[in-house]
Amino acid sequence: MNAPAATQPEVTQEVAAQHGLSPDEYAQVLEILGRTPNLLELGIFSVMWSEHCSYKSSKKWLKTLPTEGPHVIQGPGENAGVVDIGEGLAAVFKMESHNHPSFIEPYQGAATGVGGILRDVFTMGARPVANLNALRFGAPEHPKTRHLVAGVVAGIGGYGNCVGIPTVGGEVNFHPAYNGNILVNAMTVGIAPADRIFYSAAAGPGNAVVYVGSKTGRDGIHGATMASAEFSEDSDAKRPTVQVGDPFTEKLLIEACLELMATDAIVAIQDMGAAGLTCSTFEMASKGGLGVELELDRVPCREAGMTPYEMMLSESQERMVLVVKPDKEDVARRVFEKWGLDFAIIGRLTETGRMVLKMNGEVVGDLPIDPLAEASPEYDRPWTATPAAPETDATDVPPPEDPGRVLTDLLAAPDHCSKRWVWEQYDHMVMADTVRRPGGDAAVVRIHGSDRALAATVDCTPRYCRADPRRGGAQAVAESWRNLTAVGATPLALTDNLNFGNPERPEIMGQFVGCIEGMREACRALDYPVVSGNVSLYNETNGEAILPTPAIGGVGLIDDLSRVADVAFAGEGEAIVLIGETRGHLGCSAYLRETTGREDGLPPPVDLAAERGNGDFVRGVIAAGRVTACHDLSDGGLAVALAEMALAGGLGASIERPNGDGETLPPLHAWLFGEDQARYIVTGADGAALVRAAEEAGVPAAVIGATGGEALTLPEGHTISLDDLRAAHEGWLPAYMEEQQ
Amino acid sequence: MQAAVVVFPGSNCDRDVQVALRHATGREPVMVWHKDASFEAVDLIVLPGGFSYGDYLRSGAMAAQSPVVKEVVARAGRGVPVLGICNGFQVLTETGLLPGALMRNGGLKFVCRDVLLRVETSQSLFTCRYEAGQVIRIPIAHGDGNYFADGDTLSRLYDRDQIAFRYCDADGEPSAAANPNGSRHNIAGIYNDAKTILGLMPHPERLAEPELGGIDGRLMFDGLVEALS
Repeated sequence: MNAPAATQPEVTQEVAAQHGLSPDEYAQVLEILGRTPNLLELGIFSVMWSEHCSYKSSKKWLKTLPTEGPHVIQGPGENAGVVDIGEGLAAVFKMESHNHPSFIEPYQGAATGVGGILRDVFTMGARPVANLNALRFGAPEHPKTRHLVAGVVAGIGGYGNCVGIPTVGGEVNFHPAYNGNILVNAMTVGIAPADRIFYSAAAGPGNAVVYVGSKTGRDGIHGATMASAEFSEDSDAKRPTVQVGDPFTEKLLIEACLELMATDAIVAIQDMGAAGLTCSTFEMASKGGLGVELELDRVPCREAGMTPYEMMLSESQERMVLVVKPDKEDVARRVFEKWGLDFAIIGRLTETGRMVLKMNGEVVGDLPIDPLAEASPEYDRPWTATPAAPETDATDVPPPEDPGRVLTDLLAAPDHCSKRWVWEQYDHMVMADTVRRPGGDAAVVRIHGSDRALAATVDCTPRYCRADPRRGGAQAVAESWRNLTAVGATPLALTDNLNFGNPERPEIMGQFVGCIEGMREACRALDYPVVSGNVSLYNETNGEAILPTPAIGGVGLIDDLSRVADVAFAGEGEAIVLIGETRGHLGCSAYLRETTGREDGLPPPVDLAAERGNGDFVRGVIAAGRVTACHDLSDGGLAVALAEMALAGGLGASIERPNGDGETLPPLHAWLFGEDQARYIVTGADGAALVRAAEEAGVPAAVIGATGGEALTLPEGHTISLDDLRAAHEGWLPAYMEEQQ
Repeated sequence: MQAAVVVFPGSNCDRDVQVALRHATGREPVMVWHKDASFEAVDLIVLPGGFSYGDYLRSGAMAAQSPVVKEVVARAGRGVPVLGICNGFQVLTETGLLPGALMRNGGLKFVCRDVLLRVETSQSLFTCRYEAGQVIRIPIAHGDGNYFADGDTLSRLYDRDQIAFRYCDADGEPSAAANPNGSRHNIAGIYNDAKTILGLMPHPERLAEPELGGIDGRLMFDGLVEALS
């Protein structure tokens, strides 16, 4: 059989290589088809088999992550994960990267990242209720950083604010390893009726395949392929592959889809994300074990003269594909027309197992679906374990002359300073359910019309992951679990966004394998399964890889809104209780970096049994109403956490190091700034009673001081006024952004 | 009191104000679709926040031309009270029901945070539950909230007591430091000369429940119920 006729250049090995297919992959294409593909067909193979769409390097390892649990309704493999939250409702969430587009064109790249992840969630029948993001930029002094921060933040705000979903949390970090490849990871959490979840598997041969949303344009063609290759200095030339977002249309699409979902018209639904019409229709047909025939001349197009190749590979935004019941086509049409959106029946499901593409009645492409969508390549890439870093002994790290000065510097450091400049550009209150605004451990949004709430957080410490991928992977999971616990939530499940360099390099693949291993251990120990996620590889520019960055997005449930904990010190004269064991671990710490410029050593060990025990205890005392404030300890250790609690409450504190036996007591700077895991600070009226309760639960705890005054007094009489701390903490980012380059 | 909330494509605070009105009035507000120029008689019409028609062209400009807003203008002319919040305020200036215009924020960035407002008068349907001079805390969330009016218009607003709220410090002193968007005279909201129409940038519906961190906004809705029932 010959390839369907088309007025296109002939496909050769060289053209296949330009499409990112390896010689082996191209040979497989020839074998599957039994002939040479035409350019359209080759384009479809190339996007379906791109790393971005096929997970060919990561699949083997992703399968090892725990994905099941009593609450899990839907694990990885659908548009988003689904978790039962009781009372007939489900939380639907996922995180996804938009790294390369955001580096090339920060505003649109970040904006469309938000749009894409929103669609993944409302495609499943959920109303989005919260957006979060994890952003990683290059060194502040790098000439592009300021421009990228400004553009990305404006893009996230521009999209989220207009669609009217609050952006309630996230993290922003800086490191030279991201100079040429920033990370923009966006997460959306939605809520759906648990018995009305929508899936993508097509069913019912003869049913209409319906295109809704925006028209198809020539933007984003081959975006998925771009996201699957390394960067080089000519990346600016790739700007036309970045899509352009229209949040207004997205808002209409959300409302129209949710309105139609309230009827029984929809058989299956899938958003058009990476690789647009190709990926969405292939996935739907493949999951349903069916074929599909599309009449491409019916695809709503933004401009005349678009070729089938362009239509199938465009990544124009705000588009969806539905399969609609035969007698409900008019119901569906009326809903989309009401919202002023395009609605077109572009084809029908068939029983052939093939995708047949027609243009003006002529077949322009004919491909078997299963070999493409399901039999896409899977690689077991060679990997080498990251060599163990030497342990850092706290006594080898010089103590500061003035711990107060160091604390002030840490609070003003780019990674630890207040991110108010960022989140005040995000509407974090729209929908009027935001109970805990950005700036705390986890954001809390009320479940609309109820006294319950969801908590959500995004976490990762990439410097830990680089030094010891396994420990770093476990720590990222544990920290997100801890942040949910610190507001009083029961952690339910997580979504991950695994950002790494080029997987064809064994040392990078080793980072990936190590992080997954650590994540797996932590997920198991904490009963905290992975329900969705995204892998972003080839985050390199000119051979320089980013830090391994497995960002973890956690979601938890709060049963009683009146028992949400806050980081802010709440009242004068309350006891400050440190929960968890303090050994003064300074390897890979913020203290080490800020005082000596060193990033060496091993990250703190992650004792998962202690995480679990300490966390369960803290959650219990929050639920019992016994604590007035709570904060988890992370970057910068005890001193930074105390300062954040004092600043949030506008109330000082005075602390002393408890007496221990001299053997085990770490030096003061290690006690103050060490980053030992599984620790929290809580406050309460009766500190002794909290310590007794902790001891009964086998949890280390000690009263270390009391709240009060307008300054923070550290042991040995080092006192810093809250005004000075606040000026340092709030000052850095606005001052940096206002500086002229 | 029966309230109506107008829903434009792109409105996104319609549900928020619906909830606040439901709590205050004890009854369901009528939600009016933008194409619907014939809705039942109501005691109050609310134009909610959001990005009506994407705010393309200019914030509020296209909404001002919609069928429903023509009807709102007609009813406002007959004295039906109208409350425009954020995008609703922008629509009201675009229709001419309120003087002046809302320009891009002075800092050129979208701003979302709590601000302090001084209640300039308690002699209105909207502020009868506040004291004149009272300082209240209400959130803002906007990119185009920089109120501009020429000198003559401002003088008229002062002469007729039409300034509703001004951004102020904790002591109630209006100041540039407390002003998030560069508006003239730190103005956050204004009335028409009969004080039956209020447009304001801050969102009272967002701090109308203790769970959300405050109830300063609820007094506006409670006051409307008292005045209009």
